[in-house]
Amino acid sequence: MNFPVIKAAANILVQCPNMMMEHGTTLIQEKAKNPDSEYLKSIGQFVRSYEESVAYAPNQVFIGNMKPSDLNNVAGPWYSHPVEPKTDGRFGEIMSEVDFYGLMKMCDRFELVELSSEIAPVIKKALQSKEMFSEAQLAMLDKGADIAEIQALVDKHTALGLYDGDKLLGCVREAHESDPNLSAHVVFENLVTKASGVLAMKHLFIKNKIDPAIVDYIIETSEEAVGDMNQRGGGNMAKACGEVAGCINATGIDLRGFCAGPAHAMVNAAALVQSGIFKNVVVMAGGCTAKLGMNSRDHVNKQMPVLEDMVAGYAVLVSENDGVSPVIRTDIIGRHKISSGSAPQAVIQAIVVDPLIASNLKITDVDLYSPELQNPEITVPAGAGDVPLANYKMIGAMAVKRGEIEKKDLMDFTKKHGVSGFAPTQGHIPSGVPIIGHALLALQAGAIEKLMVIGKGSLFLGRMTDLFDGISFIIEKNSGKLESDDDAAASDEFKQELRELIADAMQKVADSLAGR
Amino acid sequence: MDMANQARIKETAEKYGTENVVVILGGGEAESAGLTAETVISGDPTYAGPLTNVALGLDVFHLFELKDLIDESVYEEQVSMMEMVLDVDAIISEMENVRKDCGK
Repeated sequence: MNFPVIKAAANILVQCPNMMMEHGTTLIQEKAKNPDSEYLKSIGQFVRSYEESVAYAPNQVFIGNMKPSDLNNVAGPWYSHPVEPKTDGRFGEIMSEVDFYGLMKMCDRFELVELSSEIAPVIKKALQSKEMFSEAQLAMLDKGADIAEIQALVDKHTALGLYDGDKLLGCVREAHESDPNLSAHVVFENLVTKASGVLAMKHLFIKNKIDPAIVDYIIETSEEAVGDMNQRGGGNMAKACGEVAGCINATGIDLRGFCAGPAHAMVNAAALVQSGIFKNVVVMAGGCTAKLGMNSRDHVNKQMPVLEDMVAGYAVLVSENDGVSPVIRTDIIGRHKISSGSAPQAVIQAIVVDPLIASNLKITDVDLYSPELQNPEITVPAGAGDVPLANYKMIGAMAVKRGEIEKKDLMDFTKKHGVSGFAPTQGHIPSGVPIIGHALLALQAGAIEKLMVIGKGSLFLGRMTDLFDGISFIIEKNSGKLESDDDAAASDEFKQELRELIADAMQKVADSLAGR
Repeated sequence: MDMANQARIKETAEKYGTENVVVILGGGEAESAGLTAETVISGDPTYAGPLTNVALGLDVFHLFELKDLIDESVYEEQVSMMEMVLDVDAIISEMENVRKDCGK
């Protein structure tokens, strides 16, 4: 059996302070309920500059310029200890919000994004210098709109503004005058998700010298819904992103599972490749405007920078086994069953422990676990704790209960088998997959042999079930041995011989019982 | 404490009477457990939710405080792992402090 491999991975970030102020749900709700609150009055002084976000260590880890373990060597708080500010990284880049407005325009097929005639050429020049986009794509930035017309659309509430501080640079129009699913707000959210997903795909292809035309299938895993009033989640973000990213031979699908979506999609992609249905499958997602500034009230209360100003995206290519790239062990898949129960203990048992036991593996046999990788500097001040550390402690506690380690070694387990969280709190984004780029490097360098990626989803948020969810898979160093068709035929022949031997033995037992 | 939970607690207390409602918390952080306890006793300290300026004065405990009342095998199966993971002493101490500060 030839397992599928992970050929490459990309992670991108876009710093979006203005989108946070205008589209983050925490801020939207506060503006509606308490427009004169101290929180709204003071948040402005805690908003970061683009430069500060680039020099922020967890962001450098996310785009691949630093390893997760490097965070152990950066003094805390990380926001007070800037690191070398590189906008380009091994896995992707950190884009500025204004440049990103241009990418949103290039991703818009229905003339819903308007940029002022003043800013459009400036953005075009910036994006052109990245050498990522075709002339035809860049040409979409040639036609700017009159800023007075844009202001009029915003004033009429038929469009939402694209700002740089107080300055209006453009807008996103509503796509229908009465359809709530095509309102300017929803179109805005979806275009941000699309453009950030496209940016991740572009980096996946360009940085790894992969021809996008080889991609057969795309699975998109954000938490947004694309459709009109008759089909709120009709789709298809995957194909929409693939179109802009140049995947001319691909189709695709949107797959949803809250934060567990990416891990589910990886398992699906692995299955599609291993079955031979498709040779190359991209799993990807863009980020989310709603979650920007989600915990900003707590950050402001603690007088610290509002760190949830980053829209993120990722893309991973799953391909046929090349004998080199790390494999996905499709025979070791953990799943939280409907009957598993939602206590943390039951969840870890189902997702982490059960699949290992079924494969005669111990918890300590897995070198590295990648659960939700939220940056603790964002979550701890908000009272949500250090999420990855809590997960490592839970996995370690199960190892204690199973007698694999001593209780006194629990903290050592978390250090040995875990990494510090470094991902922005964008729901599906931190859920296991941001580690993949780093893991590919560590596996290929021989630093680790086995990694478990764990995706967990809070299904109850949608009020259709109070169940929890999760799925896990293992990425492993490639043995380099490929099973050929001849091997498969020989294996079939051996199985047939075995069947005949067993049948013969059974016949003898039956004869003996019958006294023959 | 999120808005929806505040609304549900308020509704439940109004329906059954505050003397007939006990809130049991399962949160993993001492600070957030304390804030939740304060919310259901004295009202929402963040002035954001339905319990703003509503002092229900409910009895409130963290699950770890009720260990002796729970069937041993159930506790072992459902909670023992988290007991190893979380700072139980800090959570219990915070709960006791908040109840004392709020006059419970």
